[in-house]
Amino acid sequence: MVDSLTYTPQITLEFKIGEKDFFVAGECASRVKKTLQQLGLKQNVIKRIAIIIYEAAMNVAIHATSGMVTVHVEPDAITIRTEDVGAGIEDIDLAMKEGYSTATYEIREMGFGAGMGLSNIKQCSDDLKIESKVGVGTTLNAKVYFQDQTRQADG
Amino acid sequence: MTVGELAGVLGLEVLTGDTNLDREVRSGYTSDLLSDVIANIGDDAVWITIQRHMNILGVAKLKDVPAIIIPRKLQLEEGFIAKAGQEDIAILRGSASAFELSGLIYNELKRG
Repeated sequence: MVDSLTYTPQITLEFKIGEKDFFVAGECASRVKKTLQQLGLKQNVIKRIAIIIYEAAMNVAIHATSGMVTVHVEPDAITIRTEDVGAGIEDIDLAMKEGYSTATYEIREMGFGAGMGLSNIKQCSDDLKIESKVGVGTTLNAKVYFQDQTRQADG
Repeated sequence: MTVGELAGVLGLEVLTGDTNLDREVRSGYTSDLLSDVIANIGDDAVWITIQRHMNILGVAKLKDVPAIIIPRKLQLEEGFIAKAGQEDIAILRGSASAFELSGLIYNELKRG
């Protein structure tokens, strides 16, 4: 297992996500997970990255009309960016609160929309930036460094 | 304890043939909220849930869940079972409730 890659892989993975396209969220998280396993990254780092991608992609699928997930591998970190066109977030601080959700009843009945997505993302990210404009869309940038001693415990 | 042994000892139906029967089970998690599962399910843990739509397979795959356990003999669509098999996720089903299944599985795993 490695803390940093000895070469710059220049890997950028892009996934397009349509409205209510829930399955692709799981798919893109699984695919990135596989790629990172091939690079030999630590299991707990891969897990955190996969959670961020899944939750961020699900947010796009649930709340936006369309969007894009871009995953960029750097030598010492990975950045995950989602950009969507849609409703946007009115109050980002409120949206970050665990349990707060604007998802519809139908979506909640499927087990989505628990209001845990953004807090899961925050917990797994080393850096997180969210910008949103109501009625226009949302951009999320999350970064995870490969080397992080403090998080080893969660395995 | 393996998925197959767990199914045998608790009399659970195995709906996905040989899939993961030899995989080790070390714990379990019971929840119908997908983000909760994503955040909290452990390694090599079976997932007990009443959710039965395709999208839960994405979560199971992401968390490398060896088996999903469906309580109360709830109906499953064939497409769901087929997809689970393709994705290497075992689907087991029991007649007990999620509460009872959780207790039974907990006891079995504690016993080793």
